[in-house]
Amino acid sequence: MKNKYLVFFLIMALNATVRAESVFVTLEKDNALAVIDPIAGKLIKTVPVGQRPRGIAISPDNRSLYIATSDENIIKILDVETLKEVGRLPSGEDPETFALNPAGDKLYVSNEDDSLVTVIDIAKKKVVKQITVGVEPEGIAVSPDNKWFVSASETTNMVHWIDTETNAIVENILVDPRPRAVKFTEDSQQLWVTSEMAGTLMILDVKTRQIIKTIKFQVTGLTADKIQPVGVVIDKDNNRGYVALGPANRVAVINAKTFEVEKVLLVGQRVWNLAFSPDQKRLYTTNGISNDVSIIDLENQVVTKSIGVGSYPWGVVVKP
Amino acid sequence: MMPLINLPSIIIVNILLILGLANSESAYAKTNQIIDIAYLTQEQVVPPSLSNLDPFIKDKGVIGAELGIDDDNTTGKFIGQQFNLKRIVVPIDGNIIRVFDKEISKKFQYLVINLSASQAAQLVDLPAAKKMLLFDVGTIDDALRNEQCRSNVLHFLPSRAMRADALAQYMMKKRWTKWFLVVGSTQEDLLFANALKRSAKRFGLEIVAEKTWDHSYDKRRTAQSDVGVFTQLEDDYDVLVVADEQGQFGEYLDYRTWVPRPVIGTQGLVATAWHKTHEQWGAIQIQNRFKEKAHRWMEEQDYAAYLAVRAIGEATTRTKTNDLSKVKEYMLSDSFALQGYKGNPLSFRSWDGQLRQPILLAAPRSLVAVAPIEGFLHPKTELDTLGYDQPESLCKWNKE
Repeated sequence: MKNKYLVFFLIMALNATVRAESVFVTLEKDNALAVIDPIAGKLIKTVPVGQRPRGIAISPDNRSLYIATSDENIIKILDVETLKEVGRLPSGEDPETFALNPAGDKLYVSNEDDSLVTVIDIAKKKVVKQITVGVEPEGIAVSPDNKWFVSASETTNMVHWIDTETNAIVENILVDPRPRAVKFTEDSQQLWVTSEMAGTLMILDVKTRQIIKTIKFQVTGLTADKIQPVGVVIDKDNNRGYVALGPANRVAVINAKTFEVEKVLLVGQRVWNLAFSPDQKRLYTTNGISNDVSIIDLENQVVTKSIGVGSYPWGVVVKP
Repeated sequence: MMPLINLPSIIIVNILLILGLANSESAYAKTNQIIDIAYLTQEQVVPPSLSNLDPFIKDKGVIGAELGIDDDNTTGKFIGQQFNLKRIVVPIDGNIIRVFDKEISKKFQYLVINLSASQAAQLVDLPAAKKMLLFDVGTIDDALRNEQCRSNVLHFLPSRAMRADALAQYMMKKRWTKWFLVVGSTQEDLLFANALKRSAKRFGLEIVAEKTWDHSYDKRRTAQSDVGVFTQLEDDYDVLVVADEQGQFGEYLDYRTWVPRPVIGTQGLVATAWHKTHEQWGAIQIQNRFKEKAHRWMEEQDYAAYLAVRAIGEATTRTKTNDLSKVKEYMLSDSFALQGYKGNPLSFRSWDGQLRQPILLAAPRSLVAVAPIEGFLHPKTELDTLGYDQPESLCKWNKE
């Protein structure tokens, strides 16, 4: 962490216009990237990035942004400071979501139209392997201990457990219909999986790779079919997890120890993806239909602000 | 991007082999269950059409079923289930019942039927069909879901009542409360007009005038030039609602009415289970996969047949059985949730076997709205604001 802050201060010294924390949001229909200063609560700028940008990630050193421009069939590398393209990765067709490994040297991409997962060596800018998975792979995640990566296929309704050393599928687990997002806990002991159609969150035990708990979301005043869980994040200390409930326009707060839903917070329309602030005191949500980003104060568990960003905000990452 | 001609199949096979070999074999389970599905349809006479814009499609439905089988097998190969589809096309002058007896009876548990309402009604009561589960992907008839409902049939296309309700909800939202109803002369047009009248009553909308387009309005003039005269009314109206299922005159109405009014119904803004303008909720993925396979857009019947085959896949995969009664019980239960690329999970109405689903309201090149329209509420699911809800249903299959 110390190194990260050092880099951050160096950058600050070099570029006085950069604020204390930046939130980057891909805008699927605007073909652009929005940059937000969440402390000031303002949209700083919007830059064009290519056709249909969706998945986004930031390198562990916070220097590079990776953005899947789905209709161009590539992943672009942008310099975080200049937001100029500095490279491209061969992603396979129609890249949507992808995940970086902890070291930041490999990237795992879902190729939704081809039922494939592509493994990319970032330094060599080369495809290492393509793995056939189920129909319409979407959610993808690498365990923090770098042993597993997991791909969820939306139409096959499966979670595929893939060994990072061999890049081979070890096990396929049937989950609730239309699994969307997958996320490992920081200790690599659990995998959290959301099901859009069943309105559930499933907790899988990494050792056995089986489902150990299924949580069905309910919101007073909403019919069950409006509750469609998508993005999921869990805090570093494994105290609480947060699930975006899509067209229910809410984020569920889940106690990660008891798996109880503690609260649901009203955000923007069709809330999609989530990201923590670096200190994990705030949560940022992309709201696809209301075209904004909501900021949740996690200490008080209240929504403090919404910031208009552009058409179809999709992915979100935060740079300290 | 997409080749218009078929790639030589050998290349495809090679690609698959290479991809297959690239994987460890342990990824796939050994096949221990085979699920056979039959698909029955009849060749259609090419109907008269107003223009050459939309070529006649003779394989509506079956390619959707084949795509469904592909998707079922992708799941199946990981868990040891194999799905097969037998496609049976009866010639125009062929006898469906005879073909059923010879090729399907006692050989299949699951039968997808893409037939006319009268053919379907005949087939479902055969003793052999009673022992099967039939997946109707061709009819939109309300009677088949009410008085003539059968417990061995599930319906995948939205009924006329559901479509009319979807349109009515949208017109209510737009406050187009005064309708001018124009009805064609076929039996189907009358059925749709009845569904529209039911919806108007249900949502408190007013039909200020109703006229039948009988193709004899003025023999000396063309249909197009007739529209102006035909649409002169004493009372003003907000919207022209048309019932012309075969498309014999409906396309002539827009831009030709005496006073400028939108056209809605079977032409203009239409209510449909699927449309080429639909891209949301992952729909673009299935549109792409379908086009790659069929080299044409996905039609309603393709979508219905895809869902039918996927429903069989979903139910047999979840229950891990091929036992018909268990599969059927699961399909009709609350746990069943089918992904249909329309936002909501799809399921069956336990009272009439109709698939509950959102309905697309589409203009030729733009998706205008998706019903149920926001604001139309229901205690259980808003999807049941479309069509015959449980208290209104005339289906008494439990007492069959």
